[in-house]
Amino acid sequence: MLGRTLAAGMIAATATMAAAETPVLTVYAGDYFKSEWGPGPGIEAGFEARCGCDLVYKTGELLPRILLEDERTEADVVIGLTSDVTKKARESGLFAPHGLDTSALTLPVAWQDDTFLPFNYGHTAFVYNKEKVATPPASFDDLLNAPDDLRLVIQDPRSSISGLALVLWVHAVYGDEAEAAWAKLAPKIVTVTKGWSESYGLFTDGEADMVLSYTTSPAYHIIAEEDDTKAAAIFPEGHYFMVELAAKLATTDNPELADQFMAYVLTEDFQSMIPTSNWSLPSALPQEKWPEGFRALPMPEKVLFYNEDEAAALRDEAIEAWRSALSR
Amino acid sequence: MLELRRIAYHQEDFHLTADTRISAGFTALIGPSGAGKSTLLNMIAGFLAPTSGQVLWDGQEISGLPPAKRPVSILFQDNNLFPHLTVRANLALAMTTRRPDADQLARIEAALAQVGLGGMGGRRPAALSGGQQGRAALARVLLQDRPLMLLDEPFSALGPALRSEMLDLVARLAAEQGIRVLMVSHAPEDARRVADEVALVSQGALHPPQPTQGFFATPSKQLQAYLGDG
Amino acid sequence: MAQRALPLSSLPRSGAGLWALLVAGLVIGPVTAVIWRAGGLGALGPADFDALWFTLWQAAVSAGLSVALAVPVARALSRQRFPGRGALIALLGAPFILPVIVAVLGLLAVFGGNGLVNQLTGALGLPRIDIYGYHGVILAHVFFNLPLATRLILQGWLAIPAERFRLAASLGAPVGRLLERPMLRRIAPGAFAVIFVICLTSFAVALTLGGGPRATTVELAIYQAFKFDFDLAKAATLALVQLALGIGSALALLLLSPPDGFGAGLDRLQARWDGRSRPAGLCDALWIGFAALFLLTPLAMIVLAGLPGLMVLPVETWQAALRSVSVALGATALTLVLALPLATRAGELAGLLGVAVSGLVLGTGLFLIVQPLMRPAEAALPVTLLVNALMALPFVLRILRPELDAARADFGRLAATLGITGFALWRIVLLPRLRRPLGFAAGLTAALSMGDLGVIALFADGEHATLPLQLYRLMAAYRMEAAQGAALLLLTLSLGLFWLFDKGGRANA
Repeated sequence: MLGRTLAAGMIAATATMAAAETPVLTVYAGDYFKSEWGPGPGIEAGFEARCGCDLVYKTGELLPRILLEDERTEADVVIGLTSDVTKKARESGLFAPHGLDTSALTLPVAWQDDTFLPFNYGHTAFVYNKEKVATPPASFDDLLNAPDDLRLVIQDPRSSISGLALVLWVHAVYGDEAEAAWAKLAPKIVTVTKGWSESYGLFTDGEADMVLSYTTSPAYHIIAEEDDTKAAAIFPEGHYFMVELAAKLATTDNPELADQFMAYVLTEDFQSMIPTSNWSLPSALPQEKWPEGFRALPMPEKVLFYNEDEAAALRDEAIEAWRSALSR
Repeated sequence: MLELRRIAYHQEDFHLTADTRISAGFTALIGPSGAGKSTLLNMIAGFLAPTSGQVLWDGQEISGLPPAKRPVSILFQDNNLFPHLTVRANLALAMTTRRPDADQLARIEAALAQVGLGGMGGRRPAALSGGQQGRAALARVLLQDRPLMLLDEPFSALGPALRSEMLDLVARLAAEQGIRVLMVSHAPEDARRVADEVALVSQGALHPPQPTQGFFATPSKQLQAYLGDG
Repeated sequence: MAQRALPLSSLPRSGAGLWALLVAGLVIGPVTAVIWRAGGLGALGPADFDALWFTLWQAAVSAGLSVALAVPVARALSRQRFPGRGALIALLGAPFILPVIVAVLGLLAVFGGNGLVNQLTGALGLPRIDIYGYHGVILAHVFFNLPLATRLILQGWLAIPAERFRLAASLGAPVGRLLERPMLRRIAPGAFAVIFVICLTSFAVALTLGGGPRATTVELAIYQAFKFDFDLAKAATLALVQLALGIGSALALLLLSPPDGFGAGLDRLQARWDGRSRPAGLCDALWIGFAALFLLTPLAMIVLAGLPGLMVLPVETWQAALRSVSVALGATALTLVLALPLATRAGELAGLLGVAVSGLVLGTGLFLIVQPLMRPAEAALPVTLLVNALMALPFVLRILRPELDAARADFGRLAATLGITGFALWRIVLLPRLRRPLGFAAGLTAALSMGDLGVIALFADGEHATLPLQLYRLMAAYRMEAAQGAALLLLTLSLGLFWLFDKGGRANA
């Protein structure tokens, strides 16, 4: 009995020593990231297999937390930043260049950022239920002119990234006429939610006929639920580009590991996990290597995107057009 | 002996003075309502501080002491028993805030027997009649065993016959135990029935106590005014 | 009369002022930290003033309606006996303790575009009723707060001594004018104040049901400033405006509520002689029916929608549920320890700070304070407990204080002459007198903590997700069926905890 206890104690002690010697890479990620159905666990296993290190996620707020922590931050790498915050992040001076060759990226827009590295992308789109909407709008104009009993849910541009993408999308399509476009859309908007989850919940509950979501959303229903009643309406005016990014902290005490992780982001191993765990498109994987459900998705011909400086300049105006049209 | 030395109490437009000694076995304070009878009692019990003056017991000043340290026990008009505790637990609080020991339990049973509630210690107050609640409260002050017992219009919710019975019981048990009683009442017949001396509170002052018989036989002007009103 | 001034002055209040300062410091400290970090306050724009105006009037209308509807409901519940009354009272409390997202899903199942109401109007050929807009926000706020108002007012009714009703009945006196109106004058302003302040900080309800930017609240503007612009100065300024509003209105209303005018009754079951006539009975039945239908149908819809999802809940969800329960129990203990010495007027005012403060700014401030001292993730548990306790404190104090005042007024002198002071006073006199409100308060705190999403997104390391957070994760991963199962689990656990605590206190109600 005593012998066994001693032995167990020694094993435990050895394990602790081994753990103490293993370098730890701390990755800040969005909250959904590390749940068992999110992309986190697969990425963790895949990276740990090659780095001989321990990858630890800290999930929750991303940029606000890093800005508050400032140089004291524990993060070595952050994954899940969106294009609307890169300007602020860059100006903080807390992030370091990744030093990678980005020519392998397969994005529909040119991307030459030396600090923020895309790991997945998608486009805003209105997703509808085929059983309820027999003839979906064929263009953005069609949507504006649809009868007012078409029920639409969208997200607030002041609290949600997809909501912000929508006002920039409308601005990209309609420019100075954005407010008039919003006024036409307003009667069809059932409600505006804080985030994407609430909107999508309303949509799947049948509260709305169409929801502001992503071109890739139907893939989830097709692949995970074998339900092909959901589809994204594709507009010839173009769709707004949404991208998620990873970056290395300048203050990292593990620069080699952090660099290794950034390089891992562009590997096929990493990229092929993205579609069916993040339910979005991989940033560096040719289309023929996408899962079948994704390859079959209709994709927009034209992709709209404002870089961070343009977006920052337009943002207040675009939100105000939305606000004043919907406040009437 | 209780001494009220140059007591004055002022609160807004209410004024009361008292400067007298109270030494009889059973003294009644009577007077019109609002005259300050209960205010006096509250100053003696320690719930109210006089604006000036002193309260003394057997020559020792007690004005600064908290209620529980004064040589007095008090029966209120109501709320004499905690409703959530059994009668036994209520009585135990007269002696201790801990679990009562065997000796204390025996004293509780004896006190209950004295007031005619033998065997009822396990009941809650709500399961007792009004008269029984009065008896339980009396047992509580007897157990407190303080030399001066204050009665603030007790038993006023009871009918006349029951009230007289209770007053007789208080007077008898207090006398047996050597406890002096000071009673506030607005019923002169109560004072006549049990008090050795009576003091009138009226027109903002406590008048010196007088033997009961003489007090009612040769009423003062103030007493005439009060009784005439009543 | 001199008697009025008697009893309270001589009783110890165990340093309530000090406690009040401590609690106020726990709120003001973090806000100050944010302002300090921001380097000052920011300017407000026209959109912020729109938000301010909307926030104020929706809070006033929501609080007014909740209290007005609660009066007949509480009256009916207080004077009618029927089988299942206790269970109904417990169930009627449910909406208040629901996590917002769960409640909104339930409301939509009833009032939404595809909801029961519209299916009914559709079948009858009536026009469709749209929930989205101002009226949707107010409907949701009444749904959340009618239960609280009903419970607070019901407590007031139950606190009227049965003797008074006997006396009124024997005299044939009008119960309403003699007993009920004075009670309502005492209880209603406080209930209004608490609900008004709750609605001031409303965020997700307004956003989901408001139908657009017209229904922007101050709390949403804070969220936007913090998360999208990282404009701490503006966030702090808005938080101060919100705090001032909450405190100002609560102060005014609390000062308006007159002091306690009731004596003590003996602990008999309350029996009443009014409300026995047929019209009164019918009227009561209608009110109880209305409340039950309005408050319970959405709950039933959550249960129906959630049952299939329970089967497919991932293990993580059950772990999160266990974690949420332990956090709730810890927060309950902490809240009661804070609340008992704070149940005074000054304490209640300090406590109101907790609900008037923006959760986001509070969390950020605590983060700024904690971060130099230790790793925020290590402070996650104490901070969660503290924040939950601060959020629950105003409700707990509103429930406890009138009862504590009454207990002190009725039994303070008796305790003083028996020399029962300090801890013994709590043990022997006050706690037993407070059993009913304490049970209610503990149940409420536990349930509120269960549903709390946490202002602690900053502190979390992702290892220790709570059940509401897990619910959001399921939704974000398109797992709607499992999310509805998690919503049902959350509902069951919140109600279960509330029921357990409340049962202890309500045994004699």
